[in-house]
Amino acid sequence: MGEKVLMKGNEAIAEAAILAGCRHFFGYPITPQNEIPEYMSRRMPEVGGVFLQAESEVAGSNMVYGAACAGARVMTTSSSPGISLMQEAISYMAGAELPCVLVNIVRGGPGLGGIQGSQADYFQATKGGGHGDYRLIVLAPASVQELMDLTITAFDLADMYRIPVMILGDAILGQMMEPVIPGRRGKADLPPKTWATVGAKMRPKNVITSLSLDPAKLEQHNFDLGKKYNKIADEQVRYKTYMTDDAETLLVAYGTCARISQAAVDMARERGLRVGLFRPVSLWPFPYEALQLAAEESLRVLTVEMSLGQMVEDVRLAILGSKPVRFYGRTGGMTPTPREVLEEIERIVEEGI
Amino acid sequence: MKKVFGRPEALTDVPTHYCPGCTHGIIHRLIAEVIDELGVCEKTIGISPVGCAVLAYDYFNCDFVEASHGRAPAVATGIKRTLPDSVVFCYQGDGDLASIGAAEIVHAATRGEKITVIFVNNAIYGMTGGQMAPTTLPGQRTTTSPRGRDVESAGHPIRVAELLSSLSGVAYISRVSATSPANVTKAKRAVRKAFETQIEGKGFSLVEFLSTCPINWGMSPLEAMKWIDDKMSLYYPLGDYTRVPEVG
Ligand SMILES: Cc1ncc(C[n+]2csc(CCOP(=O)(O)OP(=O)(O)O)c2C)c(N)n1
Ligand code: SF4
Repeated sequence: MGEKVLMKGNEAIAEAAILAGCRHFFGYPITPQNEIPEYMSRRMPEVGGVFLQAESEVAGSNMVYGAACAGARVMTTSSSPGISLMQEAISYMAGAELPCVLVNIVRGGPGLGGIQGSQADYFQATKGGGHGDYRLIVLAPASVQELMDLTITAFDLADMYRIPVMILGDAILGQMMEPVIPGRRGKADLPPKTWATVGAKMRPKNVITSLSLDPAKLEQHNFDLGKKYNKIADEQVRYKTYMTDDAETLLVAYGTCARISQAAVDMARERGLRVGLFRPVSLWPFPYEALQLAAEESLRVLTVEMSLGQMVEDVRLAILGSKPVRFYGRTGGMTPTPREVLEEIERIVEEGI
Repeated sequence: MKKVFGRPEALTDVPTHYCPGCTHGIIHRLIAEVIDELGVCEKTIGISPVGCAVLAYDYFNCDFVEASHGRAPAVATGIKRTLPDSVVFCYQGDGDLASIGAAEIVHAATRGEKITVIFVNNAIYGMTGGQMAPTTLPGQRTTTSPRGRDVESAGHPIRVAELLSSLSGVAYISRVSATSPANVTKAKRAVRKAFETQIEGKGFSLVEFLSTCPINWGMSPLEAMKWIDDKMSLYYPLGDYTRVPEVG
């Protein structure tokens, strides 16, 4: 166990990538994640790695595509408008089954939006974003320590399944300072990258493409991807619960909203209300079954998000109409306070739903 | 007996899908010959574009990556920065390179990425059926400039070699064609020089080919060759465009 150090969320992500053995970083400046490329521009030369400021997120994400083809552990980071520009490369990487780590430090949208924290990119991250039938693994940390740990995990998952993995944070998590214990590169038993295009020496050539003009072959490729996604859904569901055992009101929230909701749970408990929190950590695969089980004994569910209500659709899919699912959200860069969430809890308890 | 003409080892033994009279095939051959002569096939990674040459990976015997439309120079950057000892080349059409990928080519060039770009300028969008390209000549008819390219509304064709030659990261640029045996010989020399420039670590290199698209130009293969000599090469003069970068 290492010593605790005080770190900003964005810096923890950057250092975690270094600890995970990432030696290639391509990115383009955008608030509120500039600390990551700045940190990388300092740190990469120290560890013999590559930092390159791309001319755009379109180019940066395609550099990631290239480095991933060449077998590198590679990362890019951005915030909402920049992630929109990366959707082309993300779809191509999903199609060509290339491992990489993407970080979205989400800000308010749509359009240029604002620079305060938001969770309005949930749909984009978990439901596609780019074109075609594909999935990303999407992880949602809720503390600086988790930003560190899940970033390291993300590299292993990417290599294990040959898939782009996204860390979905927000401006608040990125800017927040907390003590962290630096993580370590995982010991996962990872498959060798025999598919990488590193030069056809003593082997037949490798080709990396997402093109398949024969629809029967493309369908088969999609079926194969589907099988992989099902395997990931079986193996990589992550979530945390807080005081859910006897909860009559079950809050569901991820990331920053989970922290706020946890504070609201404590306040509600002080008032004698039986409230608990279910926190999805993997947004894809979404913990449908675990949430359904956690909600079994409760009377009602309240989803809290910094959006107009996006994850709540998955929560409803998990609950399948067996109890009322309410939504409370602030958006556009506004953050709900624990008191607001408490008041919403009290309102729905009083209404008797 | 010594074999004087055969398939280069860097080319696969499959028939290409290119139309009769299309010079994509000759250009492939020249690249493959240079790869063979330099003995670098085992460390070469090619990048194919979106365009008629999208399947170039079927025709070369080296590792290959297919890039999204226009992004080949960014993909090449990612590969070369990961494998600095490899030989990386992009193969791109004019729509790919000079329209949708204009930013990527300019920045790869100005960064002096140690890659080689083979730029196939056929003044038209071949794959999608003959629409106007950024390099379509003034007055040239295409399916989206049916009355001929009107520069007042459609703007002017881009001279890529000239444009990029102003950038300090560029170590070698040449414009060639494959319309005659003499031109093919010159073209091969240029391709070789471009690859050598990369291997010697000097910076970015690009060879622009004026290339035929008889199908979409509505010409016979011979007419198409002649159109390059008589029309295209007036707007796009052949020759070396390398400038010695200014110091200071
Ligand atoms: C993002 C995107 N936009 C458009 C297309 C459609 N498209 C395919 S090839 C092409 C033009 C290719 O023309 P060029 O680069 O000149 O190459 P050529 O086919 O003439 O060799 C276009 C527009 C695409 N595949 N992707
Ligand atoms: S459409 Fe034009 S560029 Fe494409 S293969 Fe045919 S002749 Fe060549």
